[in-house]
Amino acid sequence: MAVALILLLVAVGSVLFHIYSPWWWTPIATNWSYIDHTISITFWITGVVFFAVIAFMAYCVFRFHHKEGRQAAYNPENKKLEWWLSIGTAIGVGAMLAPGLVVWHQFVTVPADATEIEVMGQQWRWSFRLPGKDGRMGTTDVRNVGSDNPLGLNPDDRHGQDDIVIESDDLHLPVGKPVKVLLRSLDVLHDFYVPEFRAKMDMVPGMVTYFWMTPIRTGTFDVLCAELCGAAHAQMRAKVIVEEESDYQAWLAKQKTFAELSGRSAVMKATYKSGGE
Amino acid sequence: MVDVPYDAIADIPPAEVAEVELYHPKSWWTQYVFSQDAKVIAIQYSLTASAIGLVALVLSWLMRLQLGFPGTFSFIDANQYLQFITMHGMIMVIYLLTALFLGGFGNYLIPLMVGARDMVFPYVNMLSYWVYLLAVLVLASTFFVPGGPTGAGWTLYPPQAILSGTPGQDWGIILMLVSLILFIIGFTMGGLNYVVTVLQARTRGMTLMRLPLTVWGIFTATVMALLAFPALFVASVMMLFDRVLGTSFFMPALVEMGQQMKYGGGSPILFQHLFWFFGHPEVYIVALPAFGIVSDLISTHARKNIFGYRMMVWAIVGIGALSFVVWAHHMYVSGMHPKFGFFFATTTLIIAIPTAIKVYNWVLTLWRGDIHLTVPMLFALGFIITFVNGGLTGLFLGNVVVDVPLSDTMFVVAHFHMVMGVAPIMVVLGAIYHWYPKVTGRMLDDWLGKFHFWVTFLGAYLIFFPMHYLGLLGIPRRYHDIGEVAFIPPSAHTLNAFITVVALTVGFAQMVFLFNLVWSLFKGRPSGGNPWRATTLEWQTPQTPPGHGNWGKELPVVYRWAYDYSVPGAAQDFIPQNQPRATPGVQGAAP
Repeated sequence: MAVALILLLVAVGSVLFHIYSPWWWTPIATNWSYIDHTISITFWITGVVFFAVIAFMAYCVFRFHHKEGRQAAYNPENKKLEWWLSIGTAIGVGAMLAPGLVVWHQFVTVPADATEIEVMGQQWRWSFRLPGKDGRMGTTDVRNVGSDNPLGLNPDDRHGQDDIVIESDDLHLPVGKPVKVLLRSLDVLHDFYVPEFRAKMDMVPGMVTYFWMTPIRTGTFDVLCAELCGAAHAQMRAKVIVEEESDYQAWLAKQKTFAELSGRSAVMKATYKSGGE
Repeated sequence: MVDVPYDAIADIPPAEVAEVELYHPKSWWTQYVFSQDAKVIAIQYSLTASAIGLVALVLSWLMRLQLGFPGTFSFIDANQYLQFITMHGMIMVIYLLTALFLGGFGNYLIPLMVGARDMVFPYVNMLSYWVYLLAVLVLASTFFVPGGPTGAGWTLYPPQAILSGTPGQDWGIILMLVSLILFIIGFTMGGLNYVVTVLQARTRGMTLMRLPLTVWGIFTATVMALLAFPALFVASVMMLFDRVLGTSFFMPALVEMGQQMKYGGGSPILFQHLFWFFGHPEVYIVALPAFGIVSDLISTHARKNIFGYRMMVWAIVGIGALSFVVWAHHMYVSGMHPKFGFFFATTTLIIAIPTAIKVYNWVLTLWRGDIHLTVPMLFALGFIITFVNGGLTGLFLGNVVVDVPLSDTMFVVAHFHMVMGVAPIMVVLGAIYHWYPKVTGRMLDDWLGKFHFWVTFLGAYLIFFPMHYLGLLGIPRRYHDIGEVAFIPPSAHTLNAFITVVALTVGFAQMVFLFNLVWSLFKGRPSGGNPWRATTLEWQTPQTPPGHGNWGKELPVVYRWAYDYSVPGAAQDFIPQNQPRATPGVQGAAP
């Protein structure tokens, strides 16, 4: 029976494709392997249901396709069967939802020792900010944004003076330390997306969003934008370099603080002004 | 309660309200153009929706050409690609599927299936179509205005949708919002008609629990649409104000390309909540009519009553109600309060239970049936496979933490195309093969139909099943060109090229279908009134195609449910709903 066979082949083929697919998730680089485990559980449960339903359907087509003299059975309902199927489905759903919610609880509970860093998106580039020596980031306001203050830091906030500002360059992170990634946007929605990190979150102008993670291996990772942000959405790129603490410190020492950057322009402004007078 | 007891059927009370005289057309114009006959309006809706749907189909080919062979086609740049995806999505979801299921199938089938002469407000029904047509024309006009159509994505998320970094900022977005507002006005006029007709104009004996599931699906979807579309309506009006008048409903203080903008204080996330409060029910507004129709296709062509009719009805109503409390599962990574995730993941996964019941009952209807592998039945089987596949991947995306890595990737694209693109289209096509004989009096060609089915079903599956794995790999959606990324192997590009080739092939098969539709209109085998030997009222009309007013002098009277197939002891393997019970007990007991 060709139709039944093709239907069965679709089910078998899907399972085989899944097993042999060369396209699979990227090697994970953070603590979020829990998310991968939840996906695996979901694949197992949904895979079994998918195969069972399609195989049963194929069998019905094979066994009960029209022949001369066949008459269909007349059975409007079967309460018991319907209840058992509902209960079985509820159990399967629970088996996926429960681990999902447990992991989500971890995902939204930021550890107290996480270092805050900031990623800022604008059409169509990334900037980064680190808290500096005092370990605190200064306040910001989009109204402060100007050519000498691209991230809109509050110039009167002393916590912001030592903040390290990284413009048009890559972000470095030390391996093994939890970070809370604060996300801001100056213009439209963006989404800081590194597939190897698994975690991601939209960046929304007018508010600060966040996620947290602990990088677990060193390497260089592509940053992409995962929320449509206009014409050059696909070209909005940067890199994150996860490295050992010593390398990280060496890199950190070379970065400029907000005070240094704005100070430089303040000096220039003063020179311009005095020259004008 | 569930059914009218036998005694009540034997003594059906006379109609309480005298019949109202219908408006009879006086000229060619009022018969075929400004017609108030729901059947003509249905055909107008269907043809308009199909025409604009063809535009969306062509747009999908252009997108696939770009994705499969990036850089090869100089006439597609990043801006145009974004315009293509936006128009493709918006047309397919709203102007094709919603309009076709409710305006097309709803108008044709509701009055016939409930045994009415027409919709209860025929004049408003006519207006509904003309406003819909205006909405389609406004939408299509954006292809010709300066700057072209909007490229904001079909979700139209602000601030991006109305800022200059997005194509179509001049006229495209304004006309898109105007078109949506018009569509909703037009839909509301039609929708009120469908709901009131089902509630008030059913013929004698047609209790709610005797309605065919097609009517239940369309009815519930219409009620949902009447409740959900207003959210899109206000969101569209507010965004139009933001764009044209400079208000800040959705616009916070922001800097665009180094320039401080005058906006301040608005919330982009508010728009997302409004959009998805409409957008998620919208998924079921498309799915529920498909659920209903496919139930009737399976039952008729398997010559067996639908299994668990009452459970099917409650599942439709339950899914309809639940679908209003799951919207924020589209927003897990939007930046809304993360604790919302717990609630919306739970409600979303609960909705899987009534949905699964429907799937079980479809396949259990096949069990011990007498399955005729007609073209409508083949499409119904294709629907079950694609719907089960797409429904199960929904369990990934609905389970909040699993959604985090998968959101905004090709996994999402594959999922929603499978579940609300391919699956409902399978039903639309199956339904066209099923009801074409009633509409035209002729059968569609069977061989062409089978060719159309196999290419469309297998092709669509080959397009969207592997696409999930590109998303799992991490390829983001809405990229016209992925460019150089370390984690993407060359084989992914090969797969993209393969998908493009299959997509073009499936597109070609639709041309065969169009040919079949036109050819059979003139050369098709005459079908007679009830070629599928079906029970429901639309097959029992005195004329085929049914005349204005549907029935002869007397309205039909309904004595039984819609699924008396293969009743033990009956002379034939179907008993029409309007056939009286000769001797109680012999012809089976409807639930």
